[in-house]
Amino acid sequence: MAYLELNNIYKTYGQGDNETEVLSNINLKIEEGEFVAIVGFTGSGKTTLVNLINGLIQPTSGEVLFKGEPVIGTSHERGVIFQNYSLLPWLTVGQNVFMAVKEAFPKKSKSELNEIVSNYVEMVSLTPAINKRPKELSGGMRQRVAVARALAMKPEMIIMDEPLGALDALTRGNLQDEILNIWGKDKRTALLITNDVDEGIYMADRIIPLRPGPKATLGPEFKIDLDRPRDKTEMNDNANFKETRNAIIEYLMDIGNERKSEAKEEYVLPELTPKDFVNQFR
Amino acid sequence: MKASLTLGKVSNFLGLGIFTTLKDLFTGKLEKEDFKDFLRKSIVPLASILLFIGLWHLGAKSLYNREADFKIAKALKDQGQVAADALTACIASGESSCQPNTLPSPAQVWESFQSLLRDHNIISADKAAFIEKTAALNEKRIAAGKDAIVYTGRPSFVDQIFRSLQTVFAGFLLALLIAVPLGIFIGLSPTLKSSFNWFIQIFKPVSPVVWYLLVFMIVKTILIGSTNDSSFTISFISVGLCSMWATLVNTAMGVSSVDKDYINVAKVLKLGTFQKIFKVVLPSSLPLIFTGLKITLSVAWMVLIAIELLAQSPGLGLFVWEEFQNGANDSNAKIIVAMFAIGIIGFLLDRIMLSIQNWVSFDKQDAI
Repeated sequence: MAYLELNNIYKTYGQGDNETEVLSNINLKIEEGEFVAIVGFTGSGKTTLVNLINGLIQPTSGEVLFKGEPVIGTSHERGVIFQNYSLLPWLTVGQNVFMAVKEAFPKKSKSELNEIVSNYVEMVSLTPAINKRPKELSGGMRQRVAVARALAMKPEMIIMDEPLGALDALTRGNLQDEILNIWGKDKRTALLITNDVDEGIYMADRIIPLRPGPKATLGPEFKIDLDRPRDKTEMNDNANFKETRNAIIEYLMDIGNERKSEAKEEYVLPELTPKDFVNQFR
Repeated sequence: MKASLTLGKVSNFLGLGIFTTLKDLFTGKLEKEDFKDFLRKSIVPLASILLFIGLWHLGAKSLYNREADFKIAKALKDQGQVAADALTACIASGESSCQPNTLPSPAQVWESFQSLLRDHNIISADKAAFIEKTAALNEKRIAAGKDAIVYTGRPSFVDQIFRSLQTVFAGFLLALLIAVPLGIFIGLSPTLKSSFNWFIQIFKPVSPVVWYLLVFMIVKTILIGSTNDSSFTISFISVGLCSMWATLVNTAMGVSSVDKDYINVAKVLKLGTFQKIFKVVLPSSLPLIFTGLKITLSVAWMVLIAIELLAQSPGLGLFVWEEFQNGANDSNAKIIVAMFAIGIIGFLLDRIMLSIQNWVSFDKQDAI
């Protein structure tokens, strides 16, 4: 039995004529300890898929099974790192993490909870900023707080919804390593949603493309057979890496072209000729 | 150094940058490029104040002449040349009995302001003497289980101001205690929202005068048989009910429009209902609640005058009304003094609320 299982998931929004099918026939199995990445275009229904898995929304039909049990609501066993960090701006870094820890471990004493908080803040190397509010932090630091908050609850599975989308390339690389480090330490199951193929290849065991919505569905999976820990520079020369990368990109490009040819509306451009400025003043 | 620093801080806190700039000018800290800024922030407002006083002076003078000319012409027509000459001489001499009754000039208002302050000093001294005189007697009375004798003399202008502030704060507190919790409930529950909506829409635009009458009808009956003066109770309840609507509407709106991201966080962390309300919903709607409270306080101060006047509750409103009825020579000037006192205090209250509001607000754009 798979750790997380999505069976024939359909998700529609709206009613009657306005009904749009966002996700269509999604089937996915993730084993325990696995790191799976789902790659897709923006607007292809990635966030809807994540919200289905973490229990914020329910599928229109089909079922999400987590450890064999249907998912009917959110759970502390599945930690979520949101796309837009979603830190509470009126709380400090420490308080943001503390709030999560307190909910996850209601029986622990305050000093134990504080210890967990400081451990996880230390882990994302934000100890000097523990008493700062989110607005005083840079984007990368905020995302690290979100990572610490999700992990401090000691979830069995980490769900990441484009966690590094808004960051610059350098910070991105650093945080990728940090997340891999944490994942490697106690081999939790992880699901990463991203629009960056390289990020997916660098981090995951398996990559599954999401064909863009409406009626988004999962494409064929690509296994990444690279040894861990992976090295970015070495990876670029690895034949296996190149092959997988090209295959995935080709697949995604094909979807893109398919979509273009499917587009029915043709836009008529107005016929404009630039004014002759040179001869005008002669 | 420390004192000037505090002055700068206080003036910035109240949004009165002009004091800081003036201080910089005197301490020689002003740079050349700041000069334009200094002009804009200090000289221009000062010039406009002077211009205002000048126009007021000219306007008051022309009104005075018009009134005087009319009076003399009337005397000439009704009583003949002798009476008219006597009246002209009387007006020119500045005799108070025959002065035209019109808009007072800035100088007269300033004089009245000083006379009100002198009056305050006299009354305070009188009050202090009274308290000293009755101290021993009061001790005995309290020991014997009787009520202490209190000073019942005429309140001074300054006493009236404090009395008005008391009424406004009592009303504001009442508005806060009713509107904030009610707003939270309405914002949280769509059912409550639709059941209260008609109520809010109908009662929101009701005038302060009608609120006063309504409260009077109810409180009068509730306090029936009581010998105490109920005017203060009536006026502060009216002020509260008049002014609470902005807070009620803003709180409900703030609570019902919490950012979806925060709600998702609350769901993922599995916060309980109370935790969710106190840790997520309320903090995120605080800025809107405080915007409402700021409007409430300024509305409370504005309607206070009318309500005190109607309720005969001591305060600036009653002061204005009594001076108007009094019709003494300097009554008009005193009314203008009260007007400025009301305006300036209203401005300060607004500034204080604005600062508190800025203090509790978080920048949403920065925070995500």
